[in-house]
Amino acid sequence: MWRGSLRSLLSGIPLSIRRERPVLLARGSVFLPAELRRPYTPQPERKRFYQNVSISQGEGGFEINLDHRKLRTPQNKTFAVPSETLALAVATEWESQRDTVKFFTMHLTTLCNTALDNPSQRSKEQLITAAVKFLETDTICYRVEEPPALVELQKNEWDPVIAWAEKRYNVVIGSSTSILGPSIPQSTKDTFISHLASYNTWALHGIEYMITQLKSLILSVCLLDKSLTVEQAVLLSRLEEEYQIQHWGTVEWAHDYDAYELRARTAAATLFVHLCSESSTIKHKLMQD
Amino acid sequence: MAALGLPLRTFRSLVRELRYTKGEAGRSYRDMAAYQYLKEAFRAHRVTSEKLCRAQHDLHFQAATYLCLLHSVRKHLALHQEYHGSGERSPEEVAGLVGLKLPHQPGGKGWES
Repeated sequence: MWRGSLRSLLSGIPLSIRRERPVLLARGSVFLPAELRRPYTPQPERKRFYQNVSISQGEGGFEINLDHRKLRTPQNKTFAVPSETLALAVATEWESQRDTVKFFTMHLTTLCNTALDNPSQRSKEQLITAAVKFLETDTICYRVEEPPALVELQKNEWDPVIAWAEKRYNVVIGSSTSILGPSIPQSTKDTFISHLASYNTWALHGIEYMITQLKSLILSVCLLDKSLTVEQAVLLSRLEEEYQIQHWGTVEWAHDYDAYELRARTAAATLFVHLCSESSTIKHKLMQD
Repeated sequence: MAALGLPLRTFRSLVRELRYTKGEAGRSYRDMAAYQYLKEAFRAHRVTSEKLCRAQHDLHFQAATYLCLLHSVRKHLALHQEYHGSGERSPEEVAGLVGLKLPHQPGGKGWES
């Protein structure tokens, strides 16, 4: 069908150009103008244009160098991150690219770019409000009424997490089977707002990313407190899907593909937040003898 | 607190993932700055007599998170190249993917030129 539309588009082009066309097509879609490219074809990837990756300390923080050229963000700012460990992890991402640079696998670089460029131009308060807004539609507060096995599973898996969060922050959250979701008291929201306000802007970008991936503020808070591992949090976030997989079987190119992507994104965001918000102090143990 | 297992196990898994990122060609993973850093960090946070060492747990949590990141990215990329790497599939391939076959019409369907 698409080939047909391409042919009809080409029929308007003079013959001299048309004769060239098979050659161009054979060399890949890179040379086709955007409107002639078939939809959903993968975007052309850049070749690995550098040999060595190193990090150096600059004015704004730790910078990444690709063969003596500084790495820059999409908005052409110098790529500088506050933590050396983070810079190292980003450098490892660039180093581990083989022939082409696959940006969709470089989650830490993406997060740093977002924090540096702040493309949505939002302030710290707006980031916090957006994060706490998720509590009203938090995945683990929404429960189903049937089938009974899933009801049981959600109760067994999600209730301990909610109970932990309620105890840890001394708030009321609760769960609901209604379409409107649970009614969260204002005091709970205030508690989470003041808790999130203790993070810096970089960390908040990571937290927002984490929340939108997991679709849950409570699970994200568990990750921030290191009370759940990333694998556990992702499993809890995908609980209904996992239940359906048990029932209907798994499809590698849909279920596993999504699950690994979600895990990678969540892990990147967790690491990003922890590295951006920590201040490392070294305490030497006294020698005892 | 999340149960993470032994730190040494996490370290060895991390080294394995670093080896995968380097691939066959090129230098050894031991030359990577990340390997040097991880080795030093794990060494520095090795505690001999512990009840529950907060700093070690923090480091171990970060290491486990990083391990999860590297592992998931590798698996995701492998699946991506297997199923989405070559662009859009033909109808025959899509049908084959779910165990079906397109109907075959002897003598053509009549509209081919």
